[in-house]
Amino acid sequence: MESKLNLNPRLIDSARTAAGNIADDVQNFIDKNTTVTVERTVARLMGVDGVDEIEKPLPNVLIDAIKEGGGLAKGAAFWIGNAMVNTGKTPQEIAEKVSSGEIEITKLKIADENKIMEAVYDTANQMVERIKNSRAKRNEYLNTLGNGRKPYLYVIVATGNIYEDVLQAQAAAKQGADVIAVIRTTAQSLLDYVPYGPTTEGFGGTYATQENFRIMRKALDEVGEEEGRYIRLCNYCSGLCMPEIAAMGAIERLDVMLNDALYGILFRDINMQRTLVDQYFSRIINGFAGIIINTGEDNYLTTADAYEEAHTVLASQFINEQFALKAGLPEEQMGLGHAFEMNPMLENGFLYELAQAQMAREIFPKATLKYMPPTKFMTGNIFRGHLQDAMFNLISIWTHQGIQLLGMPTEAIHTPHLQDRMLSIENAQYIFNNARDIGNEVEYKKDGIIQKRAQEVLAKAEELLKDIEKEGMFDTIQKGKFGGVKRSFTGGKGLEGVVEKDEKYFNPFIDLMLGGAK
Amino acid sequence: MEGIQKADLMKIKPYGDTLNDGMVQMSFTLPVPYGDEASEAAKQLASKMGFENPQVVYYKELAKGFTFFTCYGTCVHTVDYTSIHVPKVESTAMDMHETDEFIKSRIGRKIVIVGASTGTDAHTVGIDAIMNMKGYAGHYGLERYEMFETLNMGSQVLNEDFIAKAIEMKADALLVSQTVTQKDVHIKNLTELVEMLEAEGLRSKVILICGGPRLSHELAKELGYDAGFSMNSYADDVASYIAQEMVVRLGKG
Repeated sequence: MESKLNLNPRLIDSARTAAGNIADDVQNFIDKNTTVTVERTVARLMGVDGVDEIEKPLPNVLIDAIKEGGGLAKGAAFWIGNAMVNTGKTPQEIAEKVSSGEIEITKLKIADENKIMEAVYDTANQMVERIKNSRAKRNEYLNTLGNGRKPYLYVIVATGNIYEDVLQAQAAAKQGADVIAVIRTTAQSLLDYVPYGPTTEGFGGTYATQENFRIMRKALDEVGEEEGRYIRLCNYCSGLCMPEIAAMGAIERLDVMLNDALYGILFRDINMQRTLVDQYFSRIINGFAGIIINTGEDNYLTTADAYEEAHTVLASQFINEQFALKAGLPEEQMGLGHAFEMNPMLENGFLYELAQAQMAREIFPKATLKYMPPTKFMTGNIFRGHLQDAMFNLISIWTHQGIQLLGMPTEAIHTPHLQDRMLSIENAQYIFNNARDIGNEVEYKKDGIIQKRAQEVLAKAEELLKDIEKEGMFDTIQKGKFGGVKRSFTGGKGLEGVVEKDEKYFNPFIDLMLGGAK
Repeated sequence: MEGIQKADLMKIKPYGDTLNDGMVQMSFTLPVPYGDEASEAAKQLASKMGFENPQVVYYKELAKGFTFFTCYGTCVHTVDYTSIHVPKVESTAMDMHETDEFIKSRIGRKIVIVGASTGTDAHTVGIDAIMNMKGYAGHYGLERYEMFETLNMGSQVLNEDFIAKAIEMKADALLVSQTVTQKDVHIKNLTELVEMLEAEGLRSKVILICGGPRLSHELAKELGYDAGFSMNSYADDVASYIAQEMVVRLGKG
């Protein structure tokens, strides 16, 4: 594709190479470590589910027992496999017996390694097959029902009650929404377990549980069949249980997942070692399950200035792209994030926003870019807000964004009311239809404001990436170069859940899922 | 001007395009199916809200069983503007430089401020707008002031951790930001902080301030805070208030 922005391809290559080296460096660290949630994910994928009498999830019961027995470095698969060979029971039965105290899982006799492997892979293959079927089901729907045109219209529901969410989600789908995101209850990202069962209480959102996923999936399939359009379901695969949520989403056929370690590090103060290890496995699962990940670069601009810090967004997108590739995630499933967050009073702000959106499109041509609406400068003036959202929608259709997170006129006032969603969908549909091919018709003036802006952002991003390459990712974060937020290597939440792997460690799902269906 | 009627401040009503026409525009959704009955229901509701001659100018099906309306009506009620009293944070607005000078000359040492978005609230936008060096909308944040020593603890800070940090830093002022207000979660959290400060014997020793889009000074006072800041307040407002209140408290006023 010829660059409309006259971007220098050598600069893009250089930035990408630096990002690749940065990711390599972090990957060396990732490969040496595992975490409690990675191991709970292995347990879940081997079929462990449910809670004990005090509502503690059995995957937590099991992994805590292995950790207390000093066995976590070998990985959950080893111990579950060993227990299967010893007892002839299923992983679920074993977890129940660990919970009741009948089995001390790390004290069982160590069985023959081949037998352990055989037991583990038999079980693991069943789950891999199940997730493949989930993916096939999505493809079947896409082939028979079809889906909305890009940019997909993405709206959120956030009532706290999954049944109320269903009602609102179905209403939004009927109005034209293509992606429904169920916002999680505030602070779920900091829970080191995944709650269980259907839930009807939450603040600012609804708990992500496997049962809630199932309920919403069914509701969206129903409304999708009525409307003749597949409706995608999105949730949040971030925080302390990243890979567990990915596994639950893969099983229950979610389609889109927020999935970004940097976001958790910067904005939720999650320990960087913990969440980068977690992210790797979660992206392998998302990649295998055909789930589009969304990265959280847009958030930098809520704390830092959208004009001055645009290059940090681009640099982070380059890094996220490399991390995703390492986890075998195809480019089409990369929903790299960016946002329309400049101060609306900025002269020519629209031109700068247009330049940056076009730049993201050209640099990541296959990615399903996720474009985020204005939030920082939404004031409660719902009338101006509706116009800001319209400007944002115009850029999106112009620059062929992938997923359009719809702005709401009532942003900064409350979680969206039923009519807010309708007005926002109407806004986007009107503009998308009315200006559908504008991007193919209009070119930018050579060395004009738009071209220069994009070139400048790219040059600064390339420079930043080269700095990070020298300093390393961890030090860069410690110095506060992303979003203006500083986080330390050993600070934040969840570090106690990181364990260095033993030589004998193995995770069958990395082997079976990395690089897509085999 | 001659011939133009003046508003009677004791009987104020909305102004559409003529004084006292009482015109109000409103929009809402009713959980009823789209149709003539829906439109009639909206009119009747508007009548009950105190609107004469209600008109439904637009209505549309939102989803099965839900209809959205845009309506106009003539408000029959009036308010007496002359009798209104709104409690406000009483301080003279100063800019950053003036505040720094004021603190240097009247207090003679740095003021220690600890801020956080507390409880389960994950939003840092409010506390960042007030505290971050860069500030918001052209108003520099408290971190930029020479005479403030500040710590922004970020979001999801437990009240106990917030208090522990306040003790450790010997804070003069505490700033609490609350953005999520669904199910009144902010009220519970703000009240808990006051109770915990009282239990620690700290409440009277600090200037306690809360802020957020749905907070007001009046509500803040009611909850036991010294001041509350809402939309359209910036770092300079908070800074001026803290500096002046410190002087009052030190008996240097």
